[in-house]
Amino acid sequence: MSLNIIVLAKQVPDTRNVGKDAMKEDGTINRAVLPAIFNPEDLNALEQALRIKDANPGSTITVLTMGLPRAAEVIREAMYRGADTGVVLTDRVLGGADTLATSYSLAQAVKKFGNYDIILGGRQAIDGDTAQVGPQIAEKLGLPQVTYAEEILELKDGFVIVKRRLESGVETVKAPLPCVVTVNGSAAECRPRNAKLIQKYKYAVSPSEKDKLSDEIKAVVEARPYLNLQEWSAAYVDADLTQVGLAGSPTKVKAIENVVFTAKENLTLENNDEQIEGLIKELIANHTIG
Amino acid sequence: MANFYTDNPDLKHHLNHPLMRKIVELKERNYTDAEKFDYAPLNFEDAMDSYDKVLEIVGELCGGMIAENAESVDHQGPRVENGRVIYADGTQENLDACRKAGLMGMAMPRRFGGLNFPITPYIMAADIVSRADTGFENLWGLQDCAETIYEFADEDQKQRYITRVCAGETMSMDLTEPDAGSDLQSVMLKATPQEDGTWLLNGVKRFITNGDSDIHLVLARSEEGTKDGRGLSMFIYDKRNGGVTVRRIENKMGIKGSPTCELVYKNAKAELCGSRRLGLIKYVMALMNGARLGIAAQSVGVSEIAYREALAYAKDRRQFGKAIIEFPAVSEILSVMKAKLDASRTLLYECSRFVDMYKVYEDIAKERSLTAEERQEMKYYSRFADACTPLIKGMGSEYCNQNAYDCIQIHGGSGFMKDYACERVYRDARITSIYEGTTQLQVVAAIRHVTTGTYLNLIKTYEAEEVSAALQPLKDNLATMTAKYEAAVAKVTEVKDSAYNDLMARRLVEMAGNIIMGHLLLLDATRNEAFVKSATVYNKMAQAEVAKHADFINSFDPAQTALYQA
Repeated sequence: MSLNIIVLAKQVPDTRNVGKDAMKEDGTINRAVLPAIFNPEDLNALEQALRIKDANPGSTITVLTMGLPRAAEVIREAMYRGADTGVVLTDRVLGGADTLATSYSLAQAVKKFGNYDIILGGRQAIDGDTAQVGPQIAEKLGLPQVTYAEEILELKDGFVIVKRRLESGVETVKAPLPCVVTVNGSAAECRPRNAKLIQKYKYAVSPSEKDKLSDEIKAVVEARPYLNLQEWSAAYVDADLTQVGLAGSPTKVKAIENVVFTAKENLTLENNDEQIEGLIKELIANHTIG
Repeated sequence: MANFYTDNPDLKHHLNHPLMRKIVELKERNYTDAEKFDYAPLNFEDAMDSYDKVLEIVGELCGGMIAENAESVDHQGPRVENGRVIYADGTQENLDACRKAGLMGMAMPRRFGGLNFPITPYIMAADIVSRADTGFENLWGLQDCAETIYEFADEDQKQRYITRVCAGETMSMDLTEPDAGSDLQSVMLKATPQEDGTWLLNGVKRFITNGDSDIHLVLARSEEGTKDGRGLSMFIYDKRNGGVTVRRIENKMGIKGSPTCELVYKNAKAELCGSRRLGLIKYVMALMNGARLGIAAQSVGVSEIAYREALAYAKDRRQFGKAIIEFPAVSEILSVMKAKLDASRTLLYECSRFVDMYKVYEDIAKERSLTAEERQEMKYYSRFADACTPLIKGMGSEYCNQNAYDCIQIHGGSGFMKDYACERVYRDARITSIYEGTTQLQVVAAIRHVTTGTYLNLIKTYEAEEVSAALQPLKDNLATMTAKYEAAVAKVTEVKDSAYNDLMARRLVEMAGNIIMGHLLLLDATRNEAFVKSATVYNKMAQAEVAKHADFINSFDPAQTALYQA
């Protein structure tokens, strides 16, 4: 059985090792010091997709990413691990999108594919940490969704059986295809980049990147269809411009501040109800909690 | 996460050596594979970029998973169950990752599923892997045995076995036996021919690294009644056929993740590899040269980790109100460690380029006859490769042991505890100067290049190279050392007494090594300022070493040889 698999991936600033200079004075992210990386949980999703492909030879994995044209890099990174091709959804009008506008734009792009069996994505991206985009895409496409997936146990006869990792335990669910599955960081780590694939796909480029290549390499890209990634605009995916980008985003950021936690005083409590109750009352009174 | 390739700019310096252009152009036969294989390079720049990218994968795996697993692998180690080896969990994880990353069969041709990399980037990967987990380098590095199949087996065997190695199956070379260690002529494992053309192997092998591998190269006695090396042939044993069990694995001091096996062969079906009787005298010698270069790479990796662990600790550890690196006695050790590391690494890659050059001509010679000029060039590099292999294996492994010792010294009492990586490094280092021929046997292989003048010829080629004016004094020092070396060689060789000659051999070989590495570092420093410090520190060390040996030889009366006889 050959399947059409879509993997949603995002290029994000690497927020895992944030130093003092990660934020600029105006509260925005200092992208110059944070390298752009493949969102970690999207790599977990890619691994699940690759396992489906391993078990179903002839399947294709297409990576869909929304972002700046340079986000084509995450498609290449996915191809070095076994994905087949990818689409960058990129357009000035898509910029500044919150999760609602993002999921609308991506859902429009998914519709453009027409034929697909399963959509996989990471649970959440490390820049926003919302975990909303995957579920919203499923809603907009009218598809079933399985969130917090840790492992795809089985995929056959038009169904997928998925192990979910929840706070309180593990749940195994069955969903009809096509569906959207968002994958947890606790899932299997993605396989490494492959030495042959990195050599095969290193010149894979989107149309806007192709112009920067030397004539010699450009000719190679033209002769090899698998080196041509796609770039889709908002108009190409038939997006309603009032629902995309900043204009389509009800979320407005009022301010971002850099909070530095400092321990000014220490308090040691005895292990009894009385003292703990006293602390809670104090914290409610000074609005730390509640 | 650390990347052991990108965090070490010295590697790229060596990868980008000027001779690489010629190596790659010959190796890729003018880039004709690009029409047949979608991962073959288009031109020189593309090929170099591919080596760089693949080494980046190696560096990422090593800096992440493999280095992180090293401690647990050292503690857990492999075990034997029902005659089969079960690797430590971390080892298995490392192997699976290397397979998925396509890092097996790196130097094999593409038609067998390999990457067709020259030896040099392959050896660089070995250097990186060894830094992450020295014992794992053995398992990963045994892919090198495929080279023997490629050079000597028939086409059908190549198709059947090399493809499997490229797909990730492991190998072993089953040479040593209880009574045949350094002296492989005494191998007794019996090979009996069968009517269908296959052979049955019976006997015992000992100290076999990764002895439960998928595909074995086995040295066995095919000629009944013979006693010497001319009765030995090389066989391929496929684990799928059965007949070999692992009786036990050794409990070793170091490289504990690498299973060292005692194997029992009971009517194990095997195929002859190449021609009968050439097993030891031709194939093992070729296999051994590749393996020695591998151990040299492993040694350099050990020197690297030892230096880095020592440096990090010296910067971190504070005594008397300051970091201990600020004390001259400590920083001197570190400078010398780095100089030895850089010296052994530069000779390692010089040697690997020599090997690349002659092997690529050998390979081309299978397709067409070489021109007279090409044949001459092949001989030129082959001779230097032969001369440099025992030199780097011998001196590189000794240096890594010295660096591992100094690494513990810098850690002080903490280094003697099991809490730091340095104690593992110290144990792992120890085998490098023993296996694939002890340092003493490397001297036996190297001494003829002292007496026939190969080393001196190599030194002359370096003398002909231009260095920057600032480095000229170092070059002058090397010329002085070379004069002392020539005088010492003349003094020793004019006495026709083999006991005396043997006694002086290691000193002469080391003098040659000191001068050659001194020159190579000078050339590195000319190309890249980052090497000026090591070139200078090593030059000083080499000067003292050469003077020491020269003084010993000059003041030695050959009649005193008896003092050194047991």
